[in-house]
Amino acid sequence: STALSPQQPLRCLFQSSPSFLHLRTNNSFNGRKRTFTKNLAIEFKQLPMDPPRRTSRVIDPKVRQVGFFTPRASPPDRTRSFPPASSSPPVSNMSPSGNSLSPVMIPPPRHASDNLLSFSALQSSSRAVGAPIPTSTLRRPSTDNLAVGSYNPSESLLGTSPVLSPSSNIVNGEFSEDSVNWIRRSNSGKFASSLPSGGFNLTVVASVAKKGRGISEKGGGTVVEVANDLQATSKPLKEKMTKSERRALQESQRAAKAAAKGGASAHEQLGKTLKQSSQKKGGPQVTSSIAASEKKGGDRPPEKDRKKDVPPPRMQFDDKSRVEKAKRRAVVKQTEARNRVELLRHLPQYEHGTQLPDLESKFFELDPMHPAVYKVGIQYLAGDIHGGNARCIAMLQAFQEAIKDYSTPPEKTLARDLTAKINSFVSFLIACRPLSISMGNAIRFLKARIVKLSLTLSESEAKVSLCSDIDCFINEKIVVADKVIVRHAVTKIMDGDVLLTYGSSSVVQMILLHAHELGKNFRVVVVDSRPKLEGQALLRRLVGKGLSCTYTHVNAVSYIMPEVTRVFLGAASVLSNGTVYSRVGTACVAMVAHAFHVPVLICCEAYKFHERVQLDSICSNELGDPYAISKVSGRMDVNYLDNWANKENLQLLNLLYDVTPSDYISMIITDYGMVPPTSVPVIVREYGKEHLLI
Amino acid sequence: MDFQVVVLAGGTSKKLVPLVSKEVPKALLPVANRPVLSYVLELLEQSNLKDLIVVVEGEDAALRVGGWISGAYVDRLHVEVAAVPEGVGTADALRAIARHLTANDILVVSGDLVCDVPPGAVAAAHRRHDAVVTSMLCSTPVSGSSDSGSSGGKDKAKKSGRCNIIGLDPTKQFLLHIATAAEVEKDIRLQKSILRAVGQMEIRADLMDAHLYAFNRSALQAVLDQKETFQSLKQDVLPYLVRSQLRSELLLNGAQAEENGNEKVASQNNKVMPSQLLANASTPSFHELYALGADGSAPVPRKTHKCCAYIASKSKYCARLNSIQAFNDINRDVTGEASHLSGYSFSAQNNIIHPSAVLGSKTTVGPQCMLGEGSQMGDKCSVKRSVIGRHCRIGSNVKVVNSVVMNHVTIGDGCSIQGSVICSNVQLQERVVLKDCQVGAGYVVTACSECRGESLARKEKIQSQ
Repeated sequence: STALSPQQPLRCLFQSSPSFLHLRTNNSFNGRKRTFTKNLAIEFKQLPMDPPRRTSRVIDPKVRQVGFFTPRASPPDRTRSFPPASSSPPVSNMSPSGNSLSPVMIPPPRHASDNLLSFSALQSSSRAVGAPIPTSTLRRPSTDNLAVGSYNPSESLLGTSPVLSPSSNIVNGEFSEDSVNWIRRSNSGKFASSLPSGGFNLTVVASVAKKGRGISEKGGGTVVEVANDLQATSKPLKEKMTKSERRALQESQRAAKAAAKGGASAHEQLGKTLKQSSQKKGGPQVTSSIAASEKKGGDRPPEKDRKKDVPPPRMQFDDKSRVEKAKRRAVVKQTEARNRVELLRHLPQYEHGTQLPDLESKFFELDPMHPAVYKVGIQYLAGDIHGGNARCIAMLQAFQEAIKDYSTPPEKTLARDLTAKINSFVSFLIACRPLSISMGNAIRFLKARIVKLSLTLSESEAKVSLCSDIDCFINEKIVVADKVIVRHAVTKIMDGDVLLTYGSSSVVQMILLHAHELGKNFRVVVVDSRPKLEGQALLRRLVGKGLSCTYTHVNAVSYIMPEVTRVFLGAASVLSNGTVYSRVGTACVAMVAHAFHVPVLICCEAYKFHERVQLDSICSNELGDPYAISKVSGRMDVNYLDNWANKENLQLLNLLYDVTPSDYISMIITDYGMVPPTSVPVIVREYGKEHLLI
Repeated sequence: MDFQVVVLAGGTSKKLVPLVSKEVPKALLPVANRPVLSYVLELLEQSNLKDLIVVVEGEDAALRVGGWISGAYVDRLHVEVAAVPEGVGTADALRAIARHLTANDILVVSGDLVCDVPPGAVAAAHRRHDAVVTSMLCSTPVSGSSDSGSSGGKDKAKKSGRCNIIGLDPTKQFLLHIATAAEVEKDIRLQKSILRAVGQMEIRADLMDAHLYAFNRSALQAVLDQKETFQSLKQDVLPYLVRSQLRSELLLNGAQAEENGNEKVASQNNKVMPSQLLANASTPSFHELYALGADGSAPVPRKTHKCCAYIASKSKYCARLNSIQAFNDINRDVTGEASHLSGYSFSAQNNIIHPSAVLGSKTTVGPQCMLGEGSQMGDKCSVKRSVIGRHCRIGSNVKVVNSVVMNHVTIGDGCSIQGSVICSNVQLQERVVLKDCQVGAGYVVTACSECRGESLARKEKIQSQ
């Protein structure tokens, strides 16, 4: 029954296989889809030739289009390279997975629309895990008949964990709006466009498929019609039910709320539910079960509470009015860079080279700034200090100096005034360079300490106590933590190992040097990348101590990887979904290591952990000097991009960080021991408060 | 920001002889009808530096400068005027006021500087690198530009013969070599050790030391104490610091050594680690690399210190009033291309004529000119690119081109003045023709005399100087 057409490339099937796994694990059972999954399973058995890939959840490097498109470019331009989106036939061209799977269900030539059915179901399912999507045009109205839910899977970077939910739509406003618009346009007709969360309404689809299948075995040409009809009828029915149910439930909840909280909050609630429903109006409801909606209802109050705790969102630099406001406040005059990459407009990017002279010239005018803080700021700006730990230590030491010289003005309390002072320092430092997560944590710690100072302390006592707290933080959270990490990590280094590291991580350096001191016999591969070439500094120190090293650039990482036995990487932060936020290129190294079955060990102090969840490297990142990548130092003849900065159709992107999904990480070595990435939230939960307390 | 400012206002410089006198020390020479010192003081005031020490050579000059400052800046600046004996060098001047210096770093500014480079920039560069000294360099002004004729050309030729030689590292942040114009002969001697440590040196002859330095106080005092023969900051102290940057002697017993010592005293393992982390994370300058030895394993880190340079951008104006030519140039520039420095608002004709000035009929005052308070001009006069001070009486048919006329000058009918400086209370009788002359204060030029490139001053004045 499952005739695999020979011209279909096998690879395509594989691309959809993870989605299949996902389907089975994530969805409430449902007849129609079950058969469909069965089909898939059958196929799966037919294709045993790539065992390693089958076992892992996320396998293929997910291709994502970084937004090298501009709003200026007119849509026709963009779509020109594709056949004009007509009805169903071109669709099958669009998605390899749909294409490959369609023959299994029903022979393709005859029933275009049926093909569409199966295809679109598959399509959306495969997309739910963020399978490779050929073009960004998928999101465009012109390809309406492609099914995508409100969940915008193309945004999930590099195969982030497949259990995405629509609410975790992390994309900035522009995007979500975009997708919503799109969904509205791709209206009701597409039954399968209803799969926002990976919760598929399986019963309907499955049953239809079954029937369709049964009939098609009989060989009727009209089957398609039937299937479609079935589909059409069953769907709205179900929807109606759920809608009414949900409405009733919401009504009751609202009543209860109103009774409890009074009219105002009820009104708010109404607004909220309205908003919710309007958000989902685009595609038919999927999370249909009562249980789900109940759960939602139950979730809401804590969400509300949480909102109070959540710090205000980061400034989005594509919000023009707010940027203007911020500019007026800003200490440092910054010229926004032109020709920024569209997708990353929300990140600050300034003309490099203009900030430093300006800040320098204001040296004496920044009155409240402490010299030590100023010095650190200017060193950040000039790039004299880099690296999470170093920046954090430099900042804390500067704050320590500032606290030592601090005296409370009359008629003010130390706790409040000093907090305000620290805030002004911090905003100055942010103006110099965006804070790293480690610095953010350290600042939170310091502020918490200031607030918790007992009022009975005299000023000098309070200052001494704060200074010792800072010392304590540096000592316990960085210095001792590093030692613990080193102690753990050296147990993983055996004689004859070939260790690979990327960039220049202070902890990894300590580990390597310590292992060398212990007399272990191993070799180090230092992988580096332009434009910073930080690895050279590390290499210099390692070679200076007599380690045997290999130095290569990240381009050659796939070549060098087979001989590597372990990969040690540093991190700027580890987020609570196990994602590692680190120097750009880390994800690439980790991915290659994963593909070669080389364990990837992330070394990161626990104070850098953050409760945030980040699925891609877009929403929170840092942009470096774009000209750094267009120039090749020491090669005067490579000057193709000289004076091209102002070309409208050229955008240079120099991202500083990327995120490595937890799937590629074997282990995270922290001061609390060696943990799998899934245990990060536990550490954040159990010990996160401790950072603030010590 | 923990900076102290010392303004070295000088005394009565010999280079400016007919212009300066007992009554008018160098600091009070008028530039666009304002004492030259006011430019420095206002530059500092703009940068929020209001506690200044002004060092003046000679008691009399100090009294005069102090009197002027207290009058002009009575509630704006807090200035201490210190007098040092005449003829002492800049280093000696600093020695004399050493006990007043307490801040961590000291900004030493020459009082004859006319520039718009924010001193904060120098200070910031200094702090950023923890340097011992940071010197501001600016591009050498092209003297005698436009049509100041032959004399300009002569001066240019003279200058190109002897210029400062300044060696910079590839990042243009560190001073590797400095030789003032006076020392430069045929050969330049460079230190091999520095060259070897840096690997590459850029030698520039188009830069001028602007006499704006940021010094680390302890290091400066150590040098001043140890090297008692050092006279001048520019010619002795700075070259010494630059020369010895890789084998620093002063830090062994200077106050910075104390700091180092402190660190070592408290050098438990845990204290060293953060600093090591910091050191590893920051891009090392050649100083640090050298200190650690070629392979990063020198047994005892070598003592080094950093000498930085801040190079003012070309768009900034920067000049020193240290010669008569410079005096002319600066006067012209301040009313011309660097007009923002003068602090006056220019009229639509691009000149400044005080409302109380009286102009005769058919008298024209061209652009880039300045006519001071209460001056009177007769008929059919023409003034081009010149500055005329207060209460001057100028007859008719007078031509003033490219010149500076100070206060209370009387000029007879039919005079022609070109490229000259005429000091206060000078009397020019009828039909005097002056070209490239300097006329000292109170001098009387007899009628119909014609001078070219002369320095006219009262005899006894010159002898007394």
